[in-house]
Amino acid sequence: MSRTQDRLAAPARGGAGERKARFLTTSGVAVKGLYRPEDVAGLDYERDLGDPGSYPFTRGIHANMYRGRLWTMRQFAGFGTAEETNERFRYLLKEGQTGLSVAFDLPTLMGYDSDHPRAEGEVGVEGVAVSSLADMETLFDGIPLDQVTTSMTINAPAIIIFAMYLAVAEKQGVPFDKLSGTIQADILKEYIAQNEWIFPPEPSMRLITDIFAYCAEHVPRWNTISISGYHIREAGATALQELAFTLANGREYVRAGIAAGLDVDAFAPRLSFFFNSHNDLFEEVAKFRAARRVWAKLMREQFGAKNPRSWMLRFHTQTAGCSLTAQQPYNNVIRTTIQALAAVLGGTQSLHTNSLDEALSLPTEEAVRIALRTQQIIAEESGVANTVDPLAGSYFVEALTNQMEQGVWEYFRRIDELGGVIPAIEQGFFQREIADAAYEYQRRVESGEQIIVGVNAYTIDEETPIPILKIGPEIEAKQRERVARVRRERNAERVRETLAAVRDAAAGGANLVPPILDAVRAYATLGEIVDELRAVFGEYNEILII
Amino acid sequence: MTTAAVSQRKIRVLVAKPGLDGHDRGAKVIARALRDAGMEVIYTGLRQTPEQIVDAAIEEDVDVLGVSILSGAHNTLVPRILEGLRAQGAGDIAVIVGGIIPTDDAARLKELGVAGVFGPGSSLKEIVDFVRAHARPR
Repeated sequence: MSRTQDRLAAPARGGAGERKARFLTTSGVAVKGLYRPEDVAGLDYERDLGDPGSYPFTRGIHANMYRGRLWTMRQFAGFGTAEETNERFRYLLKEGQTGLSVAFDLPTLMGYDSDHPRAEGEVGVEGVAVSSLADMETLFDGIPLDQVTTSMTINAPAIIIFAMYLAVAEKQGVPFDKLSGTIQADILKEYIAQNEWIFPPEPSMRLITDIFAYCAEHVPRWNTISISGYHIREAGATALQELAFTLANGREYVRAGIAAGLDVDAFAPRLSFFFNSHNDLFEEVAKFRAARRVWAKLMREQFGAKNPRSWMLRFHTQTAGCSLTAQQPYNNVIRTTIQALAAVLGGTQSLHTNSLDEALSLPTEEAVRIALRTQQIIAEESGVANTVDPLAGSYFVEALTNQMEQGVWEYFRRIDELGGVIPAIEQGFFQREIADAAYEYQRRVESGEQIIVGVNAYTIDEETPIPILKIGPEIEAKQRERVARVRRERNAERVRETLAAVRDAAAGGANLVPPILDAVRAYATLGEIVDELRAVFGEYNEILII
Repeated sequence: MTTAAVSQRKIRVLVAKPGLDGHDRGAKVIARALRDAGMEVIYTGLRQTPEQIVDAAIEEDVDVLGVSILSGAHNTLVPRILEGLRAQGAGDIAVIVGGIIPTDDAARLKELGVAGVFGPGSSLKEIVDFVRAHARPR
């Protein structure tokens, strides 16, 4: 052993002369001072890594990755009324963004129209308000839907918002098979972490398999679901929990699709994923690489998928909102850069970078531009996009990747022991695991073991020094008036008929996309359609875990 | 009641989530920290209306009401909670607010009677100490 190795290896064995008692990743996993060949003993290149574009896709899903095409730079945006968000979309497209990503306000996410009493104070605040097709028409005004890809963060009422998007395409004369984009529609992670549910799990799963079936036939380029770890991580999960719970949910959707009578290769190629990227660079890269390997094995070995596209885990990444600090907010640009770099080194297909002011408010236009520029600098100046999976073969990264994979199989075993994902939700398993991890992390911050620059170290006296964006109450009044106008001007008889058809299909079991599409064409509102579904499906009750 | 008995009574805190957002990480971490600090903590669960929160605070006879809100609707919902408490003669329950609250909104909420506002990055110890110091006297 060389003297350098000897010096570096010593800390891994003992810890004498080190500046900390233990070295942990952001997720609290112990890291050794040096990784050596024996840490990846038994690693077989063809079996465990494979060339990029080949099973098990550890190194990436495309042979040439970013040399062929850069990732899609997709900034999530939405606030106020549909007009304002439409304006922000046009601005982002003009600035070089390549895909749209819609944030809806909380009433929309929860299936309430803007004029519902529960919507008060929340209309247009955290996203754009969409109560009927009229709002959706405005949102995409002047944006040809066959020339953009659109990601929509919508879950419990996803089927309705998706139907509105289809209806806008019809009005633009764009055939459904030219549409490309994603609806999140991942209800399982809502019960686990994000908490924006409406209906109980079983009927919610049926809404999802109805979308799978409809899209397989009519909207073949649409990503029918974005199986999301992002929110699980934001709720306090570790990197491993994020990965394991997300892949467990993915496995559950595949089972549901098969149980609904679909051929696995008819829908699996359209499944997509959405991960968080936090501060710990190598841990995140290992997570992304392990994600692809586990999913490929699962799809080929356990579900018997034949189409290689079914084996490929495609994913969007968003940098970690929960890592942003209100203190010294410009530091967030640096955090976001590291996180974005991890996503790119991990082979993401698309990326959202958070804006520096998001621990304080919605992002201003300038802050959003810096966030987008961060991606452009990584793409054009850093050189990391010149070669595929540059960290492959690193003893440390490969060992962490293996460790992540092992951890996922272990969580799968525990989830199966509880009877699967839905029974585990009902027993509060995920909720408890996440709450424990969140508290554990907070205690490490509290004790100073985990340093957060500007928060528990290197602090300064400061006032909020940056401009912030605020949504005024006039937005709510304007939006209420819009909804009222839609209700006045539509054909009430047609609305009644189409809503009755939605209820019949919900009760009967026919695919719900066609009747919901008819209802949105008639300008039935989001809230009205949700009410019909709720009447048949009932509501979910929260399982309280502290 | 003797002074000793008074000082022995545990501080009772209701942690409440008004608004439509589902972000309960902060609420749950704070609830645990207060519990670990020896207080009695009741958590309402998500999406409670201001009226439900006021009723729960009174029914549970709490000393402190912690309101966690990340939906941006604090300017609408928090004043309604304060008014509700006063209307029911419970204006002495200390109300603290946690979440993403812009500085000038925080100042306005304090003028309306909120005892403290804690944003991202606040330390648990700071919050626990604040709750101890501001719990309504018994």
